[in-house]
Amino acid sequence: MMYLNPHLMMLPILLPLLAGAVMVFINERHHQLKFLINLSSTAVMLLTAIQLLMQAQSGLWPADMAVYLAANWSAPFGIALVADRLAAVMLLLTATLGAATLVFSYSRWSKTGVHFHTLFQLLLMGINGAILTADLFNLFVFFEVMLAASYGLLLHGYNISRIRAGMQYIVVNLVASLFFLIGIALVYAATGTLNFADLALKIATLDDTDRFILQTGAAILAVAFLTKSAMWPLGFWLPVTYSAACAPVAAMLVLLTKVGVYVILRLWWLLFSEHAGASAGFGGSVLLCGGVLTLAFGAVGLLASQEPRRIASFSAVISSGTLLALIGYGDAALLSSALFYLISSTLAVAAFIMLTELTDRIYTPAASVLALSMEAFAVEEDTQESAGVVIPAAMAFLGLAFAACALIMAGLPPLSGFVAKFSILHGLLDSNTAHAPLWVRWLILTLLLVAGLSAIIALMRFGVRTFWTLYNSVPLRLHPTEALPILAILLLGVSMVFTAGPLFNLLDRVSTDLQHTPAYIERVLQHPVVTTQEGL
Amino acid sequence: MELTIALSIGVLFGSGIWLILRPRSFQVITGLLLLSYAVNLFIFITGRLSVNKPPLIIQGEVVDPSLYADPLPQALVLTAIVIGFATTALYLVVLLGSRGLTGTDHVDGKERDSTE
Repeated sequence: MMYLNPHLMMLPILLPLLAGAVMVFINERHHQLKFLINLSSTAVMLLTAIQLLMQAQSGLWPADMAVYLAANWSAPFGIALVADRLAAVMLLLTATLGAATLVFSYSRWSKTGVHFHTLFQLLLMGINGAILTADLFNLFVFFEVMLAASYGLLLHGYNISRIRAGMQYIVVNLVASLFFLIGIALVYAATGTLNFADLALKIATLDDTDRFILQTGAAILAVAFLTKSAMWPLGFWLPVTYSAACAPVAAMLVLLTKVGVYVILRLWWLLFSEHAGASAGFGGSVLLCGGVLTLAFGAVGLLASQEPRRIASFSAVISSGTLLALIGYGDAALLSSALFYLISSTLAVAAFIMLTELTDRIYTPAASVLALSMEAFAVEEDTQESAGVVIPAAMAFLGLAFAACALIMAGLPPLSGFVAKFSILHGLLDSNTAHAPLWVRWLILTLLLVAGLSAIIALMRFGVRTFWTLYNSVPLRLHPTEALPILAILLLGVSMVFTAGPLFNLLDRVSTDLQHTPAYIERVLQHPVVTTQEGL
Repeated sequence: MELTIALSIGVLFGSGIWLILRPRSFQVITGLLLLSYAVNLFIFITGRLSVNKPPLIIQGEVVDPSLYADPLPQALVLTAIVIGFATTALYLVVLLGSRGLTGTDHVDGKERDSTE
């Protein structure tokens, strides 16, 4: 195990690549074999993420960070990969969500088209790579891997609405990728480096012309990342895409917006920290304003949403907005709450999306026509069979799972959403006024509460229409592999409440790591190359 | 040379942006291609413009860096071309699929004045 240790952090990238490549050659008739390969690869990723997190916590690594120099080139020249606590937490979230959506897809979606499993593994590879990399161009490559896989997955189960959504999603992301490239080119022109740590070091010493070019580049890069994380004027692709994708894919797409947020968190905090000289805090107000506007847009959109998928989409928009606003607010004390919120809201929205796939089965086609005409003409329903309805187990499960999802998404007690929201509000009230004027703080606070309220209204409306209606005569069938992942995610949400103390300790360490940019820079740039005496 | 490069990048960007705002998916894909040419040229010139300077150095010799072109942007351009080509090809497949399923090449999958 000690021998493997330095190479362990390459496993989350190499394993899915290998698994995905192998599965291309297996015929779709053996979908159970493919599922098994996919699941074991994802399970190994989960174990690796746990192992990396434990190692980061154990203090074995200098500065609690593992640096991997690809092809043994020393840091600013070759590509470096860095695993720290933040990366390990994100890897763990990715693997958990990946395993859950994969198990969910077993009974239906993984069989409906070709190459689902390959694309799924490549998506995980792209996400893991984007989390681990410490090089700007390498980040671009992993983003493209992730996006290319997501294009394929979005079109999975080929129909007209998916094609329409796919066309828009692909064009938006291709243009965003071009922005990404322009940003990289400008950053390179200004500093002559693409390594995160080296960039952070050189930013402080730039002259005015180069600083202007660098900041232009950073702003253009931010457009690419903010498009991914669906900030207000850039996020209009999101509801259409999330509504069109099949359930397990949409659940994974929720994670992609969080990868955008993660990159902004990591890069902005590293490059424009207080050590960045004249560039310190560059763009913070844009992140703050964008986050606040996204939050408001999400809250209004949520109120207007009738379909469950649009509710999920706007919940994802709200969670992106909250995170961006908190990052832009610039108070390090809020970071741990923001990360807790990130984990909790990602899991809840993903579980909700999977749940909506199941609740859609309650409606027979006739019932949905009835529901439509009810919308239009406000027909009074006759209530003759209201007394003593036997609730079958499947319906009871769906109802309870929906209630749990709704509690987390709206941030009501007693589940993890409440802990997250409470700690954010507490942190906002506690933070000193050096970061932003008082009214900004109250604005975020109010908007968070308003967004919570509109989540309650939208979810209640959906819940009442779905579970308290009488026209479901068809007995509902659930496959265990569909119920299990939702249950597992929700149990995670419950256990996050009980382990909130230790979890916050961990996340506090994460935010401390993020603030210690000199330690990160030194750790990456001073990492020694492997000499031949040490061998492989 | 600076003026030529700057003008050609500008023209490519301008035409590309105009084309991706058009309603037909074929125009959009042409626009994306032009934009990616413009971006590739743009990355290329971040290594500064130079004539007759090789990007490779011979191992073991002490060299004067000013006699050589910056190899990194050239490597980046190669990667960007490959990735851009692949994703554009993927978009082309979706475009054809959309044309086949919806019967129109409008980017929204339906004509603006048609009544579904």
